[in-house]
Amino acid sequence: MNGVHDVGGMQDMGPIHIETNEPVFHARWEGRVYALNRALGAWRKWNLDNSRWTQEMLPPAEYFTMSYYERWYHRMLKQLVESKLLTRAEIETGKPAKGSSKLTPALRAEEVTATFTKARFEGRSRAGAPPRFTAGQRVRARNIHPPGHTRLPRYARGHVGTIEADQGVFALPDTNAAFQGENPQHVYSVRFEARELWGEQARPQDVVYIDMWDSYLDPA
Amino acid sequence: MDAEYKRRLLTDADAAITELGMGGQEGQSMRVIENTPKMHNVVVCTLCSCYPWSVLGLPPVWYKSTAYRARAVIDPRAVLREFGLEVTDDVQVRVWDSTAELRYLVLPERPPGTEHLSESELAALVTRDSMIGTRKVNSPGSSSGPRGKS
Repeated sequence: MNGVHDVGGMQDMGPIHIETNEPVFHARWEGRVYALNRALGAWRKWNLDNSRWTQEMLPPAEYFTMSYYERWYHRMLKQLVESKLLTRAEIETGKPAKGSSKLTPALRAEEVTATFTKARFEGRSRAGAPPRFTAGQRVRARNIHPPGHTRLPRYARGHVGTIEADQGVFALPDTNAAFQGENPQHVYSVRFEARELWGEQARPQDVVYIDMWDSYLDPA
Repeated sequence: MDAEYKRRLLTDADAAITELGMGGQEGQSMRVIENTPKMHNVVVCTLCSCYPWSVLGLPPVWYKSTAYRARAVIDPRAVLREFGLEVTDDVQVRVWDSTAELRYLVLPERPPGTEHLSESELAALVTRDSMIGTRKVNSPGSSSGPRGKS
């Protein structure tokens, strides 16, 4: 989706506001939203790709004016309703509807560490589609504009780069976000000359590395 | 300081970071990239705000801002200048856009005049921003450019 989130290369975004002595959270509710995200994730009703996609579909004008944790909050509300964990009415009233099912906690205190540490994750050496590319090979990022989720940024599409490294196998976000299967496949670090992406205004010696799934690429 | 650990960190970051008892959510597949006198690396996530939580903690607001996400890939040198870092033309800037599940950490250059420092003294010089790549590690006592506490 050519969405509001895909901002790489946009201009006129103003200066970067660098805060000194920045706290981890700027308000108590931010920490609660962060915790809510972890606790809800434990239900496994959605996955990280679905979370990103849902967030990308926030109304564009609102996306830009919301803070990071506001986006998380509105994204979670949407996921809660879509996965039928809550109804809009329950969110409005803050009270469970009559007959609303009660769920036992998905995540107990003693399970927190195991759930959020490495052991939980399958790792990048999992089985997947065989790699179509090897390091050193020239590739072109496909010129695709899927209406759903993708992690192929607009600024790279149609451009030629070089496979720098094979990073192992990962679920394909495009299908995983929509609960249409993980389609595990190889991800590569692809090196693009800055001038290939941005033309003459870029320094000839500078480069941009972008991680790309196998199916985002064609041989060049 | 420990050449063998550095080798492990650069070739198998996951294992090397696990050795230190770290790792976990948003840091399962790590890659460490090394700055040199001729190469400056900087990390961004243009599509959201991917960041190695389990190693660096939660990201600062500027890292998640549209300004940083939009500008770091198209004009990294101007972005670095806002952090007080002027990268000269004899140095290559490498921008890493974390579009997948790989999480990047920059291994900063050891600053001059630190040959006599111990491991803990060196560690005290290293900042969060130097591991994102928006600043260098400064020599002890120097103050080049604006310094955010990190």
